[in-house]
Amino acid sequence: MSDGVQKLHDRDVATGVRVADVCVAALAETFRGDGEIVANPIGALPRVAGLLARATFEPLLLLPGRDAFFLDRDGEIEGWNPYRRMFDVVWSGRRHIVMGASQIDRYGNQNLAAIGPDPRRPERQLLGFRGAPGNTINHPTSYWVSRHSPRVFVEHVDVVCGIGYDRAAALGPDAARFHEIRLVVTDLAVLDFATRDHRMRLASVHPGVSVEDVVAATGFELAIDADVPETPVPDAAVLDLLATLDPDGTRHTEVAHREREGRSP
Amino acid sequence: MTATATVGTTGPAIDKTLTEEEVVDRLWDGMTLGIGGWGSRRKPMSLVRAILRSDLKDLTLVSCGGPDVGMLCAAGKVRTLVFSFVTLDVIPLEPYFRRAREAGELRTRELDEGMFLLGLQAAAWRLPFLPTRAGLGSDLLALDPDLRTVTSPYPGPSGRPEELVAVPALPLDAALVHVNRADRAGNAQILDDDPFFDQVLLGAAAQGYLTCEELVDGGLAAHGGFRSLDVGRHLVAGVAHAPGGSHPTSCLPDRARDVPFLETYVRSAAETGGWERFREEWVDVPEAEYRSKVADR
Repeated sequence: MSDGVQKLHDRDVATGVRVADVCVAALAETFRGDGEIVANPIGALPRVAGLLARATFEPLLLLPGRDAFFLDRDGEIEGWNPYRRMFDVVWSGRRHIVMGASQIDRYGNQNLAAIGPDPRRPERQLLGFRGAPGNTINHPTSYWVSRHSPRVFVEHVDVVCGIGYDRAAALGPDAARFHEIRLVVTDLAVLDFATRDHRMRLASVHPGVSVEDVVAATGFELAIDADVPETPVPDAAVLDLLATLDPDGTRHTEVAHREREGRSP
Repeated sequence: MTATATVGTTGPAIDKTLTEEEVVDRLWDGMTLGIGGWGSRRKPMSLVRAILRSDLKDLTLVSCGGPDVGMLCAAGKVRTLVFSFVTLDVIPLEPYFRRAREAGELRTRELDEGMFLLGLQAAAWRLPFLPTRAGLGSDLLALDPDLRTVTSPYPGPSGRPEELVAVPALPLDAALVHVNRADRAGNAQILDDDPFFDQVLLGAAAQGYLTCEELVDGGLAAHGGFRSLDVGRHLVAGVAHAPGGSHPTSCLPDRARDVPFLETYVRSAAETGGWERFREEWVDVPEAEYRSKVADR
């Protein structure tokens, strides 16, 4: 993998494009077509992706800022959405969340609660179920994974918090009618579920990353088309926009490991 | 309830003021206790500290968990935890909660955040359950054999009735909530950005207890507007004046969370005898001394 990352690093020097920029642009795409809903990207890099989507192709998105407020494109408070009211949004379906995943499987079942075979005595207690069950059954969900690895992309998650396509299908068409896992974006690739049985598919590999790199970093068999495209590299206009939307470069911290690996011999 | 009343010209004035210790005296072993706030925000920590100093035990806690849950776990006060998350927010994972979970010490009932709200709402409305899609298909149903689904009496889009999760009511014996300002009767104002689930938590509780940054004799609506009158006195059995009572958690706009303090607390969990030292310094002290020590940090 280091060769590939090195290639991106070389390009980085030539054009100013960095790993996080590719990830942000790819993740912004998940909001395309969403219209006037609450885009709720969790984390520093996903948040920049939400800002980029709104600044370019989805101008009507509402974006939560600090605490209980929606912030408009100038960073001004445009709405109040306290915790309790968020469930009005979730259950109405007018939301698209980008969550993290400590584990995710081929159908998009996600775990952020606890690691280990015994959920009553986990090897590693994480956050808890949070809102993942309610989010995934009520409105579109995407995932951002900053370190694509076989520890995250697993054959079976230890506990299902966010539900995947197989679980949704088993519930029947009525219960599953609002379920959609749209994209999984990682530091290596973009993945979707555009297969007949909604198994995870390798949609594109980031510049400098090979299909084999992604396969090696995934603990289950991905659906892979004969020709896997490269994730688009943002152009100069988008890069300028990112410099404005994220002047402190918060997006880079989550994928700093990729650039460190790229610089190592 | 033992509110004292002073007869005035327009009827008796209501005074429900108590100290934190007097609130804790009204609590009992094995009870179900709801704690307001969220993560490291607006937690009634002076009451939590008073519980930690008491001999109260075997509690069932219902909380959008933060250091309240962690400290009560560290002190062995918790038998059962009803939760959808426990976090310090700026620091994602709560160290003492983790330790208790990984030691298998806690009985737990895990819920989706929306289910947590519906359980409290069902209790507040005296309903046995409220239906929701949240939880369907997840492992919550497998983890909790008492959690049931319910069949809608109406046909769904396919013509067949829909199956929904029946979130059971989560009745509380008591709820503890920290607010910015309260009057002696128990009317209260939350000026913080977010009231979280505090109102419904008080509604779900047989007895509600408040701590407040500021205690006033009346005239709450003069500050902040009537939309900020979030808590009515019919939900409140007692009020303790606790300036700084949410420390180390936030109480906006009065005070941000004390991140360096939370970091000290987190570090203590990694040290041998760390909890005992933390406890000696920050729990086993009168609240007034706690406040001056915080001010001196």
